[in-house]
Amino acid sequence: MATILGGITTSHIPAIGNAIQRGRENDPYWKPFFDGYIPVRAWLDHVKPDLAVVVYNDHGLNFFLDQIPTFAMGAAKEYPNCDSGWGLEEGPAALGNPEFSWHLIESLVRDEFDLTTCQEMKVDHGFMVPMSVLWPHAMEWPLQVVPLAVNTVQHPLPSPARCFKLGKALGKAIASYPEDLKVVVIGTGGMSHQLQGERAGLINKPFDLMFLETIVTDPDALARLSVRDLVESAGSEGVELIMWLVMRGALGDRVSLVHRHYHVPVSSTAAGVLVLENAA
Amino acid sequence: MTWTNHEFDDIPGTYVFNGRRSVLGYPLNRMCMSFNSEENRHAFLRDEDAYCRRFGLSDEQRQAVSDRDVLRLIKLGGNIYYLAKLAGIFRLNVQDIGAQQSGMSVDDFKAMLVAAGE
Repeated sequence: MATILGGITTSHIPAIGNAIQRGRENDPYWKPFFDGYIPVRAWLDHVKPDLAVVVYNDHGLNFFLDQIPTFAMGAAKEYPNCDSGWGLEEGPAALGNPEFSWHLIESLVRDEFDLTTCQEMKVDHGFMVPMSVLWPHAMEWPLQVVPLAVNTVQHPLPSPARCFKLGKALGKAIASYPEDLKVVVIGTGGMSHQLQGERAGLINKPFDLMFLETIVTDPDALARLSVRDLVESAGSEGVELIMWLVMRGALGDRVSLVHRHYHVPVSSTAAGVLVLENAA
Repeated sequence: MTWTNHEFDDIPGTYVFNGRRSVLGYPLNRMCMSFNSEENRHAFLRDEDAYCRRFGLSDEQRQAVSDRDVLRLIKLGGNIYYLAKLAGIFRLNVQDIGAQQSGMSVDDFKAMLVAAGE
């Protein structure tokens, strides 16, 4: 049977990918950020996942505003990344597992999550930066992936409660796969940041620290927040934190905290990292 | 016809990208999407106004592109992730355009971000 080894959260800011490509991890600006990933990589080396479900949002590469799915799951053999407007290469294509993807899709649709399914899917920095920061300078990724895209771009967005429930259904779907497969679920984006409007530059450290604590101990409380609450407290782009709740939902009611790290700023964003395991 | 009001409309300095803004900004954001192609980025730089017209931008939107006025483009329906592709052509990053929108110098803006972490 497939098992969930744990969950990871990470920001997916493009500047992180640039810093890795340019070998700047030890620059004074970057070191306090990248040091937060050393324990995450040690944990990954220890548990050795076969596959990662990566919950991310597309910023205008695979999807345009002509068609925006609320939830879209990849079911491809391979997920390439492409030029998103800045001419950057963000890493090698990621390999998929169509059989596992379709198992998840069937289970999720049975549980009333009517997903969009993608047999061709390009993945942008929202997906690639987490891969690069967890497995830096990899010539090929050491595991298979299933991308799960959540609309955080064009409102109405799915509510925190809906994302948390999706995570629960995802956890059930993973656990019911008959083949042995060790899976991690990665929730990306956040933490507080706002890139638009006169309020651009918003960072809300007290809110982020509350979120980092409460997602471990009482995720139901976070699922009771509204999209407005998140926009107001974490910023119009910090609303990406709904994707962390997908990850948290996929784990059990009780989790143990393996690692937590928080650093401000990376570019215009507060960066948070978590590694969680299901409690024994 | 009327656009529905939203509970987030009163958050100051914040332009939540909803259906109303997506309709208004569609030609502009569609143009920005085209900048995923390097060839299109060069075509834009060769004749900005002609490129904007090809995508059907309004007069106001074309003026705001010409002025590099990101806040104005946001108010005219631009989505920040798409506008970031446009800003990239002008070699402006999210800190540059954040400073511009909030009316601060880039140095002050960066200092504000650092202070937020303390």
